Amino acid sequence: MTYEERLQNVAVLGAAGKMGSGILLLTAVEMADLSLQAENKGKSFVLNAIDVSPEGLAGLMNYLRAQVRKVAEKKTVWLRKMYADRDDLVENYDIIDEYIFDVMNVIRPVTTMAAAYQSNLVFEAVSENRELKVKLLGDIDKNNPNKPWFFTNTSSVPINLIESEAGLDGRILGFHFYNPPAVQRLVELIVTEKTGEDVEAFAREYAKKLRKIIVPSNDFAGFVGNGHFMRDALHGISEAEALAAEKSIPLYKAIYIINKITQDYLVRPMGIFQLIDYVGIDVVNFILNVMNPHYKDEELRHDLLEKMLEQGVKGGQYSSGAQKDGFLKYKGGRMTAIWDIHKQHYVELEKFKDECDEMMGEIPDSVVAWKSLLRNKKKDELLAAFFNDLKAAESLGAQLAVKYGRKSKAIGQKLVADAVAHNIDDVNTVMLTGFFHAYGPVNNFFD
Amino acid sequence: MTAGYNTVSMGTGRREFNPKKARPGLEHYISEAGKGVLKQIGGADNVDESVIGNFMAARFNKQANLPGFIPMIDEKLQWKPATSVEGACGSGGLALMSGMKSVLADVADVVLTLGVEVQNTVKAIYGADILAGAGWFQKRKNGHAYFFPGQFSDRAGAYYEKYGFDRARKGMARWFANAMENARLDETAQEHHNTTPDPYALALKMKPNGAAFVDNLTVLDCSKVSDGASAIAICSEEGLKKIGVDKKDAVEIVGWAQVVRDITNDPKDPAELEAIPKAAKQAMESAGVTIDQIGTIETHDCFSIAGILAVEGLGLAKKGEGADWVDAGNTARDGYMPMNTTGGLIGWGHPTGATGVHQAVTIWQQLTGKAGKAQIEISDDRPYGMTINMGGDDVTVVAIVYKRGA
Repeated sequence: MTYEERLQNVAVLGAAGKMGSGILLLTAVEMADLSLQAENKGKSFVLNAIDVSPEGLAGLMNYLRAQVRKVAEKKTVWLRKMYADRDDLVENYDIIDEYIFDVMNVIRPVTTMAAAYQSNLVFEAVSENRELKVKLLGDIDKNNPNKPWFFTNTSSVPINLIESEAGLDGRILGFHFYNPPAVQRLVELIVTEKTGEDVEAFAREYAKKLRKIIVPSNDFAGFVGNGHFMRDALHGISEAEALAAEKSIPLYKAIYIINKITQDYLVRPMGIFQLIDYVGIDVVNFILNVMNPHYKDEELRHDLLEKMLEQGVKGGQYSSGAQKDGFLKYKGGRMTAIWDIHKQHYVELEKFKDECDEMMGEIPDSVVAWKSLLRNKKKDELLAAFFNDLKAAESLGAQLAVKYGRKSKAIGQKLVADAVAHNIDDVNTVMLTGFFHAYGPVNNFFD
Repeated sequence: MTAGYNTVSMGTGRREFNPKKARPGLEHYISEAGKGVLKQIGGADNVDESVIGNFMAARFNKQANLPGFIPMIDEKLQWKPATSVEGACGSGGLALMSGMKSVLADVADVVLTLGVEVQNTVKAIYGADILAGAGWFQKRKNGHAYFFPGQFSDRAGAYYEKYGFDRARKGMARWFANAMENARLDETAQEHHNTTPDPYALALKMKPNGAAFVDNLTVLDCSKVSDGASAIAICSEEGLKKIGVDKKDAVEIVGWAQVVRDITNDPKDPAELEAIPKAAKQAMESAGVTIDQIGTIETHDCFSIAGILAVEGLGLAKKGEGADWVDAGNTARDGYMPMNTTGGLIGWGHPTGATGVHQAVTIWQQLTGKAGKAQIEISDDRPYGMTINMGGDDVTVVAIVYKRGA
């Protein structure tokens, strides 16, 4: 089966979800682009968008229509060539509208799993529930005569477990997009001992066509991305608790401080608590639950996360993409307050921000903004200058930051030592491209 | 002509421009520019008729019948004549011609003449469709997604081929640098806020990339997507007295010409303009002046290559040497022939239907000493100014020669 043939009938499970909708968009565009090639004229391309929620699917179609328009507007020059033989399509308007129709026309939104029974390729992006994944994939495989290939977007469940429990024998791999899939360039690729070479080769070609950067990860729960992020997050939580105890301050103040350390002092796109909120406290906890049993020498869990969930504070995002309140409260994308776990309400930043900033001390003048670094050719120089100043400073903020930077490096090194990641470069690439960090965690800045 | 007024040319480049926020529409610009003139001529009572130049409000704003907006400027303009004219990016020039003809025909002593365009209502990729209406629609199918940049890219490509890429790019980079330098001096210019330290180096460094845009031009070679309006009063001597404006605060129209080239024909030689040289020559002949008596020119630089081809078409440089002539600084504000002294279409902006009128306003400002920071010196032996406004690819052209009133 050629690359094109494989993509003539595809199914996405969990298509209306955060990850599923992005995977669907990218795949629909790739399939429609193939259908426009002269050699594929007349062939049918079908993408089954499967989800349990009819409302979700309705929302998905709206999302796709808007996104495909943006895609089309960026490649109109190419599209004009593809539609050169269509005399009825003259203006960019006509061509873009036709392309949107052609992409949407590939998609079949359905709520029944049977739609996947004819597919050659099945993307799985349902919730991080091993039993559910195993059941769905196993059922499809039993009813599908095509011996389909399965790409799972799991960010934590070891692929070989799904493979053996669902009886997929070499026809599965982990193809882990980062959120949002249409934007983030990283894909973690995880093969099992049995994954067929042809399956992997196809995955690599598909990723290349989608202009994704592939980082291979070994098949350990959490892989490289969550392997780092989860441990980094747990470290952030413990640091906040330790700081609260040591300075006898309420936990919410310590959370503010650690969040600021991890954003401003470590020059990251978000502070660690904001990132937990972004992913969802529930999702983070879920992933930890999946990972924890696989690491005997570590405890990958934290009471604080459980407590937050018990109090009904979950984070995550609305379908509009707006941030839900979690550890932090948000207004128009900016944080305005922090959750007080004892009194169970949000405390306005205004009330304690200055006091905490004073505790942290002055940030060195050499501080650089994350955003300004991304395309800066002197990035490493600027970072080294700032981090050197942090190492030399005696303020609480500087000390916490240096400690955090070192821990982040140790987590990265451990991923290689534990053979989760193949090498240090892969760890750094994952954090740079999947988490938008300005520098990799394994560096010499904090030595 | 007297009492010129320009709104800001709004679009990318202006600090206050935010594509995501709602913006004023045609009504705002027509009203501001119209009022700007009325204030200088003693009010709407003095206006006999109005003309409005516009290219594509019918598509950019889904609005036609623009004469109906004239009384919105001032209720006293209601129940008086108003006309709208269209000739693509030459619409403003046609509006001037129309006003001049009414005065010459002695049916009006004061004509309020406006040009307007509001283009930021759609993204550039759709704006390209709308602007493509300035070409022959039969050619649209095989044209570039960015149709007009595609047309002038072909002209630039032919020029590179004939006369050398590096020479041409230097001239085009200098054209851009002059545009930025001049625009910074005019508060209404779209590039007024431009702070690029070395625009010449920037333009020279940027190489055309057909995969991202068109084959032979960069975005810096292109005029802007602009919202804006310009207006000016066209008066007889009688009219000037009526509005109480001294002749020295007005410019006299001493010659003009309007020519069209068949839109269904491709240019004979893409490395040369035909309509612009013809119009300019006729205008100068009708004024009885020669190019060396002209002190400043506003020419239609929708693309930098159009500026260079115009320099050659006017006989300021030989064919193939226009780029060198521009690169040597001859068209800069302190050069031999200052051109587009408030930035032109690349620097001031290009609200298409308004551009012809904007050019007249700039010449009026320069010849009457009202150009503020952008003022250049006009010497007594070269007291004339000229505007050249072009619609489409060298299709609908108006050239006018001016002199300060005395």
